[in-house]
Amino acid sequence: MNKYHLTHLKELEAESIFIIREVVAQFENPVLLFSGGKDSIVCHHLARKAFYPANVPFPLMHVDTGHNFDELYKFRDQLVKETNAKLIIASVQKSIDEGKVKEEKGINSSRNKLQTTTLLDAIENHQFDCAMGGARRDEEKARAKERFFSHRDDFGQWDPKNQRPELWNLFNGKKNFGEHFRAFPISNWTEMDIWQYILQEKIKIPSLYFSHKRDCFTRNGVVMAKTSFTETKPEEEITNMQVRFRTIGDATCTGATISNADSLEKIIDEVTSSRITERGGRADDKRSEAAMEDRKKEGYF
Amino acid sequence: MSNQYLNMDLLRFTTAGSVDDGKSTLIGRLLYDSKSIFEDQMEAIEIASSNKGEEKVNLALLTDGLRAEREQGITIDVAYRYFATPKRKFIIADTPGHVQYTRNMVTGASTANLAIILVDARKGIVEQTKRHSFIASLLGIPHIIYCINKMDLVNYEEEVFEKTKKELVGFSSKLTTKDIRFLPISALNGDNVVNRSKDMDWYEGSTLLHTLENIHIASDHNLIDCRFPVQHVIRPQKDEFHDFRGYSGRIAGGVFKKNDEVVLLPSGFQSKIKSILNFENEIEEAYAPMSVTMTLEDDLDVSRGDMIVRVKNQPEILQDIEMMVCWMGKNPLSDKGKYTIKHTTKNVRCIVKEILYKVDINTLHRDTKDKIVNCNDIARIAIRVTKPLFVDKYNDNRTTGSLIIIDESTNNTVGAGMII
Repeated sequence: MNKYHLTHLKELEAESIFIIREVVAQFENPVLLFSGGKDSIVCHHLARKAFYPANVPFPLMHVDTGHNFDELYKFRDQLVKETNAKLIIASVQKSIDEGKVKEEKGINSSRNKLQTTTLLDAIENHQFDCAMGGARRDEEKARAKERFFSHRDDFGQWDPKNQRPELWNLFNGKKNFGEHFRAFPISNWTEMDIWQYILQEKIKIPSLYFSHKRDCFTRNGVVMAKTSFTETKPEEEITNMQVRFRTIGDATCTGATISNADSLEKIIDEVTSSRITERGGRADDKRSEAAMEDRKKEGYF
Repeated sequence: MSNQYLNMDLLRFTTAGSVDDGKSTLIGRLLYDSKSIFEDQMEAIEIASSNKGEEKVNLALLTDGLRAEREQGITIDVAYRYFATPKRKFIIADTPGHVQYTRNMVTGASTANLAIILVDARKGIVEQTKRHSFIASLLGIPHIIYCINKMDLVNYEEEVFEKTKKELVGFSSKLTTKDIRFLPISALNGDNVVNRSKDMDWYEGSTLLHTLENIHIASDHNLIDCRFPVQHVIRPQKDEFHDFRGYSGRIAGGVFKKNDEVVLLPSGFQSKIKSILNFENEIEEAYAPMSVTMTLEDDLDVSRGDMIVRVKNQPEILQDIEMMVCWMGKNPLSDKGKYTIKHTTKNVRCIVKEILYKVDINTLHRDTKDKIVNCNDIARIAIRVTKPLFVDKYNDNRTTGSLIIIDESTNNTVGAGMII
């Protein structure tokens, strides 16, 4: 390769760092949404690179459904300690207790959709004017149309048909009082890029991503973890399986993959040969063809 | 596999074509043959196609992500698609053929290294071909590939390809693009897309994918004129970095080295580069389009919007600027109107001094009489800005030569400017 030519990972990194710095320059009170999943971990890593040797000049916010895996909470708290980050927790349980949202009932119930209210309330309470997140355009078809800088009206809603054109690397973050932005620094990364970057940069990720033994059951062809907050039908048999997670979200709607991949190299080989997208195991996307678009319009991440 | 992937580079391309020219089929073919469509995506569009009563799997549904697009069977907005081969990662900016055409193509083209323009072998050059070519050239895309498509419908005849190619060579000589290539393909049957065609043994060039994988893009960035627009100043309030003052940003041109003599704009103060940081690592040199942090030997007053350049190679410092503009606002461009300009990391205000002419993008004729610049029009205008900008010609540098125009009443981006 030419001496003055970047690899694709370096070029993606340069683009993302530029966007994160642009957010800090253009907004007064930004926040990074942090789920503890690999994409938000990579965003946080990029933010540390962008401002080194200074600390990351914005807090992390975890919109916590209360239905996450124990490993995830441990990982999150460890990362906050090691990197000197500031963490804000926006609790879905609190929104339920305060009667702002109503918990879904039934066997497929999930708190995933409830996150939107908690998120929008937290943005308003903390007066955040830009919420950054680790969404990628390759994840889902509605996200393929998302801008790097995505304008939200004063109800936090997204108007996909009326987005600002985004040219070159000139990002327009101008807004009226009460409106906010979402910014997506890793829009152009694919699942594969994320894994390769984690390997290249030796970034720590939760143990859930690596193959391990866990009590699981199968529903609609998706392997789900048995936890204290998942209800199972009598015919759904609990078995101890060798699994790992390709995405980590709320435990009630994130499917596991049967896998022996216990190292980053093996995960990359598995992703290379996989014929199913990572969101193929997300029950929340399967609710309808436009499930993601509808949630996004309301202000979901 | 794991290691090989670390040596790939990135090619961004845009696809242009008119309605029914097989653009979606071509993208579908590239994604499918490079194994970038997953089973659950395929399953979802198979179900969606059959629900709509379509006999074939409609690959356009892969890119039409919004509900309104699927309902109306049209593409509204630029969609980004990704695929990779062991050599390169590709980002496709897929721009719709009809609605808001110019606006979308300009958006997609602004970051592209390469444009694929589809031409129907049965029809040859049509108005749209000229329009796409003009926009690709205006936006400074370094490489254009004309895919003469639907060769299967003209019996794979060499004469048809040669005739269309000759027409295109004649027409494209008016463009500024230097690297122009021609490929005979059938997107539907996959001829010369990923695999070589068995029916066109007269064609000795490479397939489309092979071309995309091997085209030389390392020189697409300007590596001669050093430009570093300061994006953010880093002052860690920490004991160990007590006196640290770093200027972070993305290099817009050239190669900066440690100990280089530099000048700061607008102040004109000179200094030397003390260090270049890429996270914890100090590096010897940095080049476009890297994001880095620099420190200087002298303690100077530098802020966002300033530019660090080499002493002997400086951009123009201008308040009166002429440019080609692609208008994207709902309301027409207002002569003598005031707008906000964003150029590199700097925001200034401007007044439109003169609308010189409009370009008819189908004929390339200049219209000096009708000066109403509506959405999707392209015009040459002159503006005056409140503070000097540090600019290069767009043809020399796509970063320091470009700007966006923002409507102050709506905050919308209403224009894309390319400095002449």
